[in-house]
Amino acid sequence: MCLALPAKIVAIHSPTQATIDLGGIKKDISIELVPDVKLNDYVVVHVGYAIGLIEPEEAERTLQLFGELGQIEGAQT
Amino acid sequence: MVKKNYIRPLDLNNGRVDMNHGAGGRASKQLIDEIFAKAFDNEYLRQGDDGARLPALPAGSEWVMSTDGHVVQPLFFPGSDIGKLAVHGTINDVAMMGATPLYLTCSFIIEEGLALSTLKTIVESMGQAARDAGVSIVSGDTKVVEQGKGDGVFISTTGVGIASTKHTISGTNARIGDVVLLSGSIADHGVAVLAQRESLQFDSQIESDSAALHTLTAALLDALPAGTLKTLRDPTRGGLATTLNEIAVQSQVGIELMESSIPLKPQTEAACELLGLDPLYIANEGKLIAIVSPEYAQTALSTLRAHPLGEMASIIGTVVADEHCFVQMQTRLGGRRVVDWLTGEPLPRIC
Amino acid sequence: MKYIDEYRDPAAAKAISARIHAEVDPAREYKLMEFCGGHTHAIARYGVTELLPPNVKMIHGPGCPVCVLPIGRIDQAIELALKHNVILCTYGDTMRVPASDGLSLIKAKARGADVRMVYSASDALQLARDNPEREVVFFAIGFETTTPPTAMVAQAALREGISNFSILCCHVLTPPAIAYILDSAPKGEAVTLEGFVGPAHVSIIIGSDAYAPFAKNYQKPVVIAGFEPLDVLQAILMLVRQVNEGRHEVENEFIRAVNPTGNAAAIDAMADVFELRETFEWRGLGEMPKSALRLNKKYRALDAELKFSPNYQSVPDHKQCECAAILRGVKTPIDCKLFGNVCTPESPTGACMVSSEGACAAHYSYGRFRDIAIAKG
Repeated sequence: MCLALPAKIVAIHSPTQATIDLGGIKKDISIELVPDVKLNDYVVVHVGYAIGLIEPEEAERTLQLFGELGQIEGAQT
Repeated sequence: MVKKNYIRPLDLNNGRVDMNHGAGGRASKQLIDEIFAKAFDNEYLRQGDDGARLPALPAGSEWVMSTDGHVVQPLFFPGSDIGKLAVHGTINDVAMMGATPLYLTCSFIIEEGLALSTLKTIVESMGQAARDAGVSIVSGDTKVVEQGKGDGVFISTTGVGIASTKHTISGTNARIGDVVLLSGSIADHGVAVLAQRESLQFDSQIESDSAALHTLTAALLDALPAGTLKTLRDPTRGGLATTLNEIAVQSQVGIELMESSIPLKPQTEAACELLGLDPLYIANEGKLIAIVSPEYAQTALSTLRAHPLGEMASIIGTVVADEHCFVQMQTRLGGRRVVDWLTGEPLPRIC
Repeated sequence: MKYIDEYRDPAAAKAISARIHAEVDPAREYKLMEFCGGHTHAIARYGVTELLPPNVKMIHGPGCPVCVLPIGRIDQAIELALKHNVILCTYGDTMRVPASDGLSLIKAKARGADVRMVYSASDALQLARDNPEREVVFFAIGFETTTPPTAMVAQAALREGISNFSILCCHVLTPPAIAYILDSAPKGEAVTLEGFVGPAHVSIIIGSDAYAPFAKNYQKPVVIAGFEPLDVLQAILMLVRQVNEGRHEVENEFIRAVNPTGNAAAIDAMADVFELRETFEWRGLGEMPKSALRLNKKYRALDAELKFSPNYQSVPDHKQCECAAILRGVKTPIDCKLFGNVCTPESPTGACMVSSEGACAAHYSYGRFRDIAIAKG
């Protein structure tokens, strides 16, 4: 039950409602669960709700990790 | 003074279809005259008979006939409507047999209460689609059912066309080594319709790809020598996956696909992601699959790409030996999966 | 699509796959469980198995909420729709699941039940606002990813005094299910696993710290993986490394979305609205203590079970259905006599086939070409 997608916040209408853009498709969703969200942030969307923010630096670090050629250990919590 | 044959015209702006229009009396005739005959106008309909007398078959050719029902909801969606869809759908079924579609009939089952303006828009759209395709709607029927028994309108269309005997196009003709081509991007129609439905609202610029494909098939029939064009089919309900599975079973072969060669518009892909749908199973109304001998694969590809409806055409796979008749796909990632038959209706997933 | 396409790059997949091949110890077997049904589906759909060495075996866990939803709960939903004439709102995934008396929600709809598919819990609440003369019930299923939206909607309903809305709450929890699997192993009732691929989106809500007990008390490594195939491959690599090095830590591959403590707003909302059920039946796994939620006292007016008292009866699965064993990783789909003949996605007999994320459905729909090779020997 985990289908959730990263999408960009392209408009904020109120503390509870925003519009996201995913690959050119726009949809209105709730942002009640991400009170700190700002315009142009990327959020993870599930069943019409943003459930978390995507951290751009961490996303970049993950991609670097995929590209690493060997000895370094994976990201630690 | 008594006006000869005076009848008050239909109130096309505010009127609604009612049970009188289906009773077969004056009201029925009026509906037909003022909406249908006007939009479809041709020499056959002008006779006013219950059927159409068609010309004789040219020598060396055969009749092809096909029928289709249309129950799409909503009735109007970006890029098309139920009327246009009905005309294109049947034209395409005839075209996929390797025939030139010429004549259509249509049957309307209308729900009591449908706005006359809606009916008129649909019928005019059909008339225009038929004219654009060079096809005549030569006979038809209308019935009216009580409110609640009809979903607006159901349209059935039957089409007749002429096939030359140069090619024998059939789903049973695919052979090991043959190449599978697709004329363009998948899933656009299904997503355009889903985008309109109430419970799934989103603004998108995806349009239905609804189109009459008979000039595209004619180009292929022309460019390819006899015996090299094996199968033609339009992947409508059930999508590309279902159509390829059908052909695999008909021909008792397997099919191998390359996911990276299947054209998919970025917005359609995004919409499918959002809805949890697999684009392989979503309906298309303006695309075709062609299975051809390997030596003519490039000819077929360039013929498709030279036509406005085939600009994004691609070679998507090959026919292989497989006693299980699987359709398998090498995924974009480099893995492998079966592309199975559709199970039930593609309801959007959450998981 | 940003943050999606980059994580599906075939060249990177090949590279990570090569690393996994290079680092596995050929003498040992790595039994790794991906808990989340979404991961099961991703592995199947992208064909990730082909990119793994044969001694890395992915065992599919019970993290598929439709799969573990007991038939008796769907019967309750159908009863509400058919007998109480409510507008029954449900996510698409549950519509086709066969329930008792040859019914499913979609078949009940054909019989006149007002069953409506919704994309979001808020759609269900909106239906209640738009139809004040009808009772609207939201069939709430899902793990911790899906629970916060239900909580938000309950809070809104209470705030606005909407009296014609209620929730049939079947939300379940991830850590108890993982614990259950780990507890069952020593008894021989579940497979002995070397590690877990932790769920992506559940972890956004509950945080990576929630898995610390498994690393500490059961000494099993957990790597939380994002949802895309590269994430899963990378997490598998990280698990292989932990196993090789004898470590058992919680690692987070999904650093772009998961933090140690989770989503505070979501956790607070869930705490406000729900309480733990003492026990709850999981299809295929049986009664599990403290593993599911119901609405608490404050929200009892919104509890559909209290409002309508729909009958709950446990419905056993087919005697030859092996789902219980499959959900615990002890057996695979092809070990089940019913797989592929009586039990198919079109006519699912058990939990693992009812949803496209279930182990059997995923194998049938995407992976059964592998059985041929095995059969041919």
